[in-house]
Amino acid sequence: MAAPPETAVGPVAAKTAAGIRFDHVSVAYGDHTVLDGLDLTVEPGEVMALLGPSGSGKTTALRAVAGFVTPVSGRVLIGGRDVTALPPYKRGIGMVVQSYALFPHLRVADNVAFGPKARKVPRAEIEPRVTEALELTGMAGYARRYPRELSGGQQQRVAIARALAIRPGVLLLDEPLSALDAQLRSGMLAELARLHRELPDVSILYVTHDQVEALTLADRIAVMDRARLRDCGTPRELYRAPRTEFTASFVGNANLLPVTAGPGDATVTFGNRELAVRGTEGVAPGAAATLCVRPHLVGLGEGPNALRGRLAELQWRGATHRLYVEVAGHRVMADERELRTAPAVGDEVTLHFAPEDGVLLPAEAGADG
Amino acid sequence: MASVTQRARLGVPRAPRARTLPRFLWALPPVAALGLVFLHPLVLLVRQSFTPDEGGPATAAYAEVLAAASFQDALVNTVFIAAGATAGCLALGFALALVVAFVPFPGARALGRFIDIFLAFPSFLITLALLFVYGTTGVANGVWTAATGAASGPLDFLHTPWGVLLAEITYFTPFVMRPLLAAFSQVETGQLEAAASLGARPWRIVRTVILPEALPSLAAGGALVLVMCLNEFGIVLFTGAKDVVTLPVLVYTKAILDGDYTGACVVAVVNIALSVALYAGYRALVARTGRKGGAPRARTQQ
Repeated sequence: MAAPPETAVGPVAAKTAAGIRFDHVSVAYGDHTVLDGLDLTVEPGEVMALLGPSGSGKTTALRAVAGFVTPVSGRVLIGGRDVTALPPYKRGIGMVVQSYALFPHLRVADNVAFGPKARKVPRAEIEPRVTEALELTGMAGYARRYPRELSGGQQQRVAIARALAIRPGVLLLDEPLSALDAQLRSGMLAELARLHRELPDVSILYVTHDQVEALTLADRIAVMDRARLRDCGTPRELYRAPRTEFTASFVGNANLLPVTAGPGDATVTFGNRELAVRGTEGVAPGAAATLCVRPHLVGLGEGPNALRGRLAELQWRGATHRLYVEVAGHRVMADERELRTAPAVGDEVTLHFAPEDGVLLPAEAGADG
Repeated sequence: MASVTQRARLGVPRAPRARTLPRFLWALPPVAALGLVFLHPLVLLVRQSFTPDEGGPATAAYAEVLAAASFQDALVNTVFIAAGATAGCLALGFALALVVAFVPFPGARALGRFIDIFLAFPSFLITLALLFVYGTTGVANGVWTAATGAASGPLDFLHTPWGVLLAEITYFTPFVMRPLLAAFSQVETGQLEAAASLGARPWRIVRTVILPEALPSLAAGGALVLVMCLNEFGIVLFTGAKDVVTLPVLVYTKAILDGDYTGACVVAVVNIALSVALYAGYRALVARTGRKGGAPRARTQQ
């Protein structure tokens, strides 16, 4: 895709930055709670990713902001204003969904003009807005086309232009890249990152189940599971120092090993081995805990925290090899740069990891490491 | 195993067969059936209309029938009732289908199912129902006379063109709703939500998103109702009785009651010409509206 020309970003950007606040928001269908007491603040101009598996409540949270579901309790505030009881057409938010939802009977320019017209923007102002929004998304050359004449990626950019044309303070993106193939998705991720740089005042709530999208785009990630917020932090925090097993396993790959805290400071016991870790804060000595180590931080060969075991499986993944090693009845994953002489399945191998890469988590009931 | 059509689509050459029938023979049965049950009677009817019983020029019967006040009244009645009923069915059908499809209320699905059953009802059933309710001795007037002590009730319109119009709108509206409900079920919820989030109020969403996408179905339903109303006989006979005469009723009167077969054939020819002309005009109007409304429903491309 050609880089879009320089545009007058100012007019397209929101006039006032608006944050979002979920104030103990719950949504239920009958007896079934789909969002349970969500407390979360999206700062003005921030990209917040709601990350979680299907049924975690992330889309419900987004729809509560848009006004398509009504909370049974709690409040939703946009720009400090309580919008819980406002109908969707009065909330002034831009929304982009997975299926693009372009109007098939309208040309691209008319799709983008739909919002300004519905909001009674003066006629003379509509065309410049449409042009700006289309230029910002690199779609200026397609104004006369119908949606069916565009590729999936182009349709998604038109959908974003349509949302931006109303100059929203808040942009809601609901799995916007899920319908695209891997290559297009990667291109669109870069496009979205550029858009956010050019529209720094627009707050973005980005719903996804794809950790790569969340890690790439978000300033902060809210991890959701079973209708609840499980964790929230910057991508780096969540990746390097997850606070729960769920976060550790959902944001990136993780080895989750059952250990016992102690005996010494910053040490744990795994099987009959003593391992050094980053710290044991929050876990009492002798208590059961979970050790989280990222596979790419596990090395092959001798080193600190050596783990000896039998190679159970070896997968070649192009740039890396993934090793699955049986250690004390548990499978430990290690990602190595492509090995010139790879061990054979069944060989005895040794793995190791640096103490600062071992993160101790409180054990969760019923969790399977 | 692939069918003949599938093979043709796939470009697979037809396997040579020792003995094959010439292709045109396949067309013979339908052409023969069509000729026997439709074209032959049509030709006889047109020929009869140009064969006056009393002799004279071939168009004598036309001159006589077209000049008669009874024919002109029937023509006006037919066009008025058909056009009015079509417009009424389109408006009422669209509104009701919108409610059934988009306004969540208990029993909406059951109502949708009932519409399917309603389509199978005979037209006289609706007419009888209207007579029971709105007839001069019907329930509505009965309530009025019981309440006021008057000798007769205020409702006395069923035998007028307005009564026929009411009956036809009542009976034919589901014929518009059925295709509309199918079209509405195809409208993507995401489009409606996107429109709302962009600031469109419900009526604007109906006008600018739902209506354009449902237009082909609305047009199909309207065409069906128009043609059915133009040729409706049972409802007019039941409801309008002697006071409302349309072209189909006039054909019946001339052929069966008056024994004037030539006159009946003339009216029938005019009725057929009117049906075809109005239908063609309607399709042209719809085609123009469709072009103004933009491209037909698109299939998304990946």
